[in-house]
Amino acid sequence: MSMLISLFSAACVLAGVFFFIAGTLGLLRFGDTLSRVHALTKADNLGLGLIALGLLPLVDGIADALKLVVIWALVFLGGTTAAQLVALAVRREQDPPP
Amino acid sequence: MTALLLDLPLALGLFGAGAATLLARSLFGAVLGFISTGLIATLVWVRLEAPDVALTEAVIGAAATSVIILYVASRIGNRATPPAPPPIAQRVLAGILSALLAVLLAHALFSLPEPAPSLAAPVLDNIAPTGLGNPVTAVLMAHRAIDTLLESAVLVFAVFAIWSMAPERRWGRAPGPAFMAEAHGPLAFLAKVLPPIGIVIGVYIAWVGADAPGGKFQGGAVLAAMWVLPWIAGLVAPPSISDMRLRLAIAAGPLVFLMVGLMGFAVAEGFLAYPPGYAKTLILLIETAMTLSVAAAMACMIAGPPERRARP
Repeated sequence: MSMLISLFSAACVLAGVFFFIAGTLGLLRFGDTLSRVHALTKADNLGLGLIALGLLPLVDGIADALKLVVIWALVFLGGTTAAQLVALAVRREQDPPP
Repeated sequence: MTALLLDLPLALGLFGAGAATLLARSLFGAVLGFISTGLIATLVWVRLEAPDVALTEAVIGAAATSVIILYVASRIGNRATPPAPPPIAQRVLAGILSALLAVLLAHALFSLPEPAPSLAAPVLDNIAPTGLGNPVTAVLMAHRAIDTLLESAVLVFAVFAIWSMAPERRWGRAPGPAFMAEAHGPLAFLAKVLPPIGIVIGVYIAWVGADAPGGKFQGGAVLAAMWVLPWIAGLVAPPSISDMRLRLAIAAGPLVFLMVGLMGFAVAEGFLAYPPGYAKTLILLIETAMTLSVAAAMACMIAGPPERRARP
């Protein structure tokens, strides 16, 4: 049972790290701002989400698990809002309101 | 081996971020470098097993300071003519002095006696009378309370200094620029959703400081962010800088601290001494007032002096 949990954790964390690396590569390599924002939000949401999911079975106590979920939710909320704001700024630059 | 795998990228990253800050061609790039340096320094403190310092670095160094300089950079960037770079002789001199300082610091670090001198053991031996579980808080609030008292007064003077930048005719207005409200924008959404959660987290960080990493500065900074966010989103207007409630909130922490300190003459051994058995109660009283003051003062520092200019 504990072997299965370890495997699950390792798989989730590795998948999360993969999304972080992919997101970072996208941020560095993509040409336009909107694509870069897209790459970055993948790292924030999926990357951190998978790492948090992988760590969940390893923490002791429901309070620590809850903290992990809250951290992920807050980064999710902050990252999403920042992405929306950047996208709005790009749109205003492309066709400024009259 | 694992330690090296973790520490080497951190050390190189810290150097890299510092170099990127100094060598950045644009002001905005330099600010981003500074923010990255703060974030990596936070991780370095975590690796050095100093979570209290890491929390402070994250909240004050990487977050609050970054917001302030990002705002300043965006305003300077709008100017037509950038300031002229200093003359070459001044830059060379600054470089030589910095290199000299680095060498001296490295020399001091490498000539430390083994084991390094530490007061950690006496602090842990004398933690019981304070009723606290976190030795860092015991040092800040009991053993070296005078330093923390002076530190808390600095916040009030910083707000004075910022407010005195306001032109005469704007005195008595609300701090900071006037932000336009966007009723359905993403920022307005965040400013409505986040504060209830953030206030609980800020109070929790301040409260847990008695027994675990956390405390008034870290918790107060989170509360300040939760106060500033609805201002920036244009949902609420900040109070006027001549509002007595705002001024009292900023001064409450140092005032309570000073009063408890003076009370020490009457009921304990002297200035800033706590009567036996009441140490934790009094420390919590000071911490509560200080959390309020840190939140109010930092919110005013981030907002800046009163100005009329509206930002969309």
